[in-house]
Amino acid sequence: MKSYEILGQKDTRSGFGAGLHEAGKRNSDVVALCADLTGSLMMDAFKDEFPERFIQAGIAEANMISVSAGLATGGKIPFAGTFANFATGRVYDQIRQSVAYSHKNVKICASHAGLTLGEDGATHQILEDLGLMKMLPGMVVINPCDYNQTKAATIAIAEYDGPCYLRFGRPKWPVFIPEDMPFEIGKALMLNEGKDVTIFATGHMVWKAIEAGHKLAEKGIDAEVINLHTIKPLDRDAILASVKKTGCVVSAEEHQMNGGLGDSIAQLLSRELPTPMEFVAVDDSFGESGTPDQLLEKYGLTTDAIVAAAERAMARKA
Amino acid sequence: METQSTASAMSTMATQIRRDVLRMVHAVSSGHPGGSLGCVDYFTALHFHFMKHKAQPFSMSGNGEDVFFLSNGHISPVYYSTLARSGYFPVPELATFRKLNTRLQGHPATHEHLPGIRVATGSLGQGLSVAAGLALQKKIDKDPHTVWVVTGDGELQEGQIWEAVMFAAHRKLDNMIVAVDFNQKQIDGSTGDVMGLTEWTSKFLAFGWEVLEMDGNNWDEIMSVVPQAQAKLGAGKPIVIIMKTEMGQGVDFMMGTHAWHGKAPNDEQLAKALAQLPETDHKDY
Repeated sequence: MKSYEILGQKDTRSGFGAGLHEAGKRNSDVVALCADLTGSLMMDAFKDEFPERFIQAGIAEANMISVSAGLATGGKIPFAGTFANFATGRVYDQIRQSVAYSHKNVKICASHAGLTLGEDGATHQILEDLGLMKMLPGMVVINPCDYNQTKAATIAIAEYDGPCYLRFGRPKWPVFIPEDMPFEIGKALMLNEGKDVTIFATGHMVWKAIEAGHKLAEKGIDAEVINLHTIKPLDRDAILASVKKTGCVVSAEEHQMNGGLGDSIAQLLSRELPTPMEFVAVDDSFGESGTPDQLLEKYGLTTDAIVAAAERAMARKA
Repeated sequence: METQSTASAMSTMATQIRRDVLRMVHAVSSGHPGGSLGCVDYFTALHFHFMKHKAQPFSMSGNGEDVFFLSNGHISPVYYSTLARSGYFPVPELATFRKLNTRLQGHPATHEHLPGIRVATGSLGQGLSVAAGLALQKKIDKDPHTVWVVTGDGELQEGQIWEAVMFAAHRKLDNMIVAVDFNQKQIDGSTGDVMGLTEWTSKFLAFGWEVLEMDGNNWDEIMSVVPQAQAKLGAGKPIVIIMKTEMGQGVDFMMGTHAWHGKAPNDEQLAKALAQLPETDHKDY
């Protein structure tokens, strides 16, 4: 199992803030909107350097999304930011009609996603957002795994013409993606080539998948670890190529099992290459208050859970 | 004198658009004739007189021209007929309204690339926000043109409308002229019975807007009040016209009731309605 050096501990939302600032420098059409959470989304650097391109929308998310659609119609590249819950569930119809169906070049930037939001509790811990967004035709859905990947993804979606959903989070998390690695939308990132089982992971669970790869190696299991930062469009070729080799699969994500990354992989495999598969995800439950680590433990999103799932998947191989 | 001849020409065009609206909804036994008929005169006045816009080639961004948004997308028949009659797409295409593979979807959409449509509307309350976004883009890019919007009065029951009303005032979007189609009717009955808060002038004033009132089915008022609204552009406040209209205007048995909000006439009713709207030189599609 390949070793990755931890370059630091940073939150992915700060990666978004840095990427937005950089995208703003590169393209004067980039504008940013926020619904009264500028500090939480680390948008201050953009706001301070480009005040005329920063739009405070107030606590009115529905209006913010539709205003973004109008700005995009006129040629701007709006990045609309708020917490993931308010960026998706609260404004689903606005995204569906004004952004996705109308194919507007709007970037929906969703912070504090998942259980790792922590103490604020289940009202804010959305675990359904990837599913909501991936169901919309034409929507690109991205969930990067660390600070550097989030920064690169933010810059990449500014250069992509079409609606995008970018999901990131609150906690400090190991940084291991090289700072200069470009982000390719829709292209799986191979983290470790292996032959016994494939672990597909997205978001914060990618680091846990790497840790699981090391634990499996200690048990003599050679795991392939692939980062699927883009949930949609799914990198079909990379998934099928890996699974042909390994013959069993684990998915790992900080999301409901229903509707998440695992669902998309399972749908692909059931049609193209039926394969034993195990899911590390939240099993039809809301979250609750607690520290991120306590919550990941309680809801089964741990390194050990990935190891166990890999062993179960391998045991089901014919 | 010139204004009178302009109004006369527009009145003829409005008659043609009313004929189009009725024939379109009749052909597919569905659609929304009532509100469409009430708004025909204002749509005609904007697209054939007041708006500085270019039908060909259609520009999605609307940079360098006036832009129109229909927030209450269900009155698509009047929108489509006006767009076709002002050159955005061929008039005969009106015959495809609501039919499979049409660009003229039941509610307006960009998905099929119909020239003139800049965003999908139909789910109420969103179009005003989208228009505010484009008005803000024009401000940022120093484009001096106007963003025109029509909303329904029932639509004002949507909470998002008031988010947009706040936003437009806060951002001083004084390049927007919004007309509220004040026909006082919605699907389930009169707006006052459904949700009895219909004193719109004081509400918009309280939110910091310029407010004008007019009869949207009276050419003299349209020709005098819309220029008054235009005279208030650039003065720091968004502008709204509370536009009193009659649902079903032009067809006697469709007026004075909400029954024709979303109901198409049958063969007999169509003939009776068209008999009240003489054929014009513009000719039926």
